[in-house]
Amino acid sequence: MHIIKLISKNMLRHKLRTLLTISGIAIAVVSFGLLRTVVTAWYAGVDASSANRLITRHSVSFIFPLPLAYRDRISKLDGVDKVTYANWFGGVYVDKKQFFARLAVDAETFFDVYPEYVLPKGELETFKRERNSCIVGEQLVQRYGFKIGDVIPIDGDIYPGKWEFVIRGIYKPRDKTSDPSNMLVQWQYLEERLKEEMPARAGYVGWYIVQIHDPNNSGIISSQIDQQFKNSPAETKSETEKAFQQSFMASVSSIITAMDVMSFVIIGIILLVLGNTMVMSARERIREYAVLKTLGFSSFHLIGLIGGESLTIAIAGGSIGILLAYPMIDGFAAVLPKGWFPIFNLEPITLVLASISALLVGILAAIFPIQRATSTKIVDGLRQVG
Amino acid sequence: MSIVNVKNVFKSYWRDSMEIPVLRNISIEVPEGEFLGLMGPSGSGKTTLLNLIAGIDQPTKGSIVVAGTDVAKLNESQLAKWRAQNVGFVFQFYNLLPVLTAFENVELPLLLSKLSKKERKEHVEFALKVVGLEDRIKHYPKQLSGGQEQRVAIARAIVTDPTLLIADEPTGDLDKTSAEEILKLLVQLNTDFKKTIVMVTHDPRAAERAHTIKHLDKGELT
Ligand SMILES: Nc1ncnc2c1ncn2[C@@H]1O[C@H](COP(=O)(O)OP(=O)(O)OP(=O)(O)O)[C@@H](O)[C@H]1O
Ligand SMILES: [Mg+2]
Repeated sequence: MHIIKLISKNMLRHKLRTLLTISGIAIAVVSFGLLRTVVTAWYAGVDASSANRLITRHSVSFIFPLPLAYRDRISKLDGVDKVTYANWFGGVYVDKKQFFARLAVDAETFFDVYPEYVLPKGELETFKRERNSCIVGEQLVQRYGFKIGDVIPIDGDIYPGKWEFVIRGIYKPRDKTSDPSNMLVQWQYLEERLKEEMPARAGYVGWYIVQIHDPNNSGIISSQIDQQFKNSPAETKSETEKAFQQSFMASVSSIITAMDVMSFVIIGIILLVLGNTMVMSARERIREYAVLKTLGFSSFHLIGLIGGESLTIAIAGGSIGILLAYPMIDGFAAVLPKGWFPIFNLEPITLVLASISALLVGILAAIFPIQRATSTKIVDGLRQVG
Repeated sequence: MSIVNVKNVFKSYWRDSMEIPVLRNISIEVPEGEFLGLMGPSGSGKTTLLNLIAGIDQPTKGSIVVAGTDVAKLNESQLAKWRAQNVGFVFQFYNLLPVLTAFENVELPLLLSKLSKKERKEHVEFALKVVGLEDRIKHYPKQLSGGQEQRVAIARAIVTDPTLLIADEPTGDLDKTSAEEILKLLVQLNTDFKKTIVMVTHDPRAAERAHTIKHLDKGELT
């Protein structure tokens, strides 16, 4: 026999209690993983934004368009490298549940300003050439089985009518934080049809994306842009892409903050669950610990015994929780409306946090029982009835 | 040569800064090979004296030399080591670990020794044979009678081959027949294995087995 055997026998003493504690920890770790994943998925959008891009939109709301004529005036400003623009195209693909971002972008410049969308050169050339072509993200290919040459029919809503786009390219996100589920169509194609069908709406863009040379100048350049169009019919509001993303998300961000806080509250709950079990066990065993000490076992042994038990339970619960988190998060991603969170993965940092938390909880939960077991005098422990 | 030498020992407990004197100026010598019975009314300090001799508590004043070591001068970890090598304990309520089998309970003190697994097994089996429980090694305390549990406890006490056996009312929780068996066993350990035994008891029949009887009353030897 070894001290490890005594640890496992102690753990199995109250099988139901140990089982419930392990399950409690596992459930908490799953919830932690799920909440953290939602939070990180949410902030992925913000993190993906580039520090050297400004977004210039209508000062009232980004649903109001800006004249295309602004492009050249913005381009002329000092420190501006490149200007591109986009419109929210919207529309319905098959039915309303098939949600993914559909943007009309300037084919000539868009991919220069968004290097995180990686597109083969040949496909980009075709996209620039063919009016009704479109580019789709890798994730859409996985979701719908699209391939090059397929036609995507879209029922227009913002831009009414029947639209058909031919897939001419598939982009890959450069890193995990880049959105892999956009559909990009030619702004020029939209413009041509608007000129024919709704001339009043032609010549406008949804927003400008301004690539600047030095991110440190973002404040100055933003105000210079907005200054240019002051007192014009379409005043602008410019801000960094990050700020734009954040304000765009502001409405939901308080929920996300709550989830963020909750995920750490859960760690506290694990601590209470395990702490309670350990304190209960230690109280029942005060007399046994006194007997062990009488036989010559040291405080060091008791620390191993109690700490070992606490850590084993914490690690068991934590591991089960982490293993369950994967299918849970996949399941969650499956029932979420498609496109809400283009990137929805259990991040390594979440795993690390969950593991460290479980270990820490295992250690913390043992401190009080250890303190009690080692400081109780043998004679007092032996007098304990029970 | 005396194996236990208690000299002018005082022991007090404190409760809310109030001193409760328990032992007053106790001096006692136990020669090697002795079977000493300690008797006295409840609360007279028998267990306290036993605990001091066994090195699980420290006197307030005085010296206690056991097997050549002044236990009052050792610190806690030195005492723990000393106990593991020199003293075997038998308690009234057996104090076996309920999650361990008879074999594992007896093996427990040997985990602190340098013995190999095989040597430990031999020692444990021998000790269980001495107490007549070689056929119960896989039983848990719950599956044993009180007398059998106490015999496992005695096996645990002798497995390290200590010089001194300390027994605090070893028959206090047993029926007459089981008590007889335990006493016989203690006598056998005293005569055949030359163990020095200090036993606290209320039971006159138990006391009869001892060579010498000392009476404790209100913390003083009479
Ligand atoms: N750890 C302790 N803390 C405070 N008081 C104690 C402690 N141990 C013993 N006492 C007190 O010391 C006195 C003697 O106790 P002790 O247990 O030695 O008596 P005893 O002779 O063994 O009695 P019994 O026959 O009932 O076992 C009692 O009054 C008891 O309340
Ligand atoms: Mg007593």
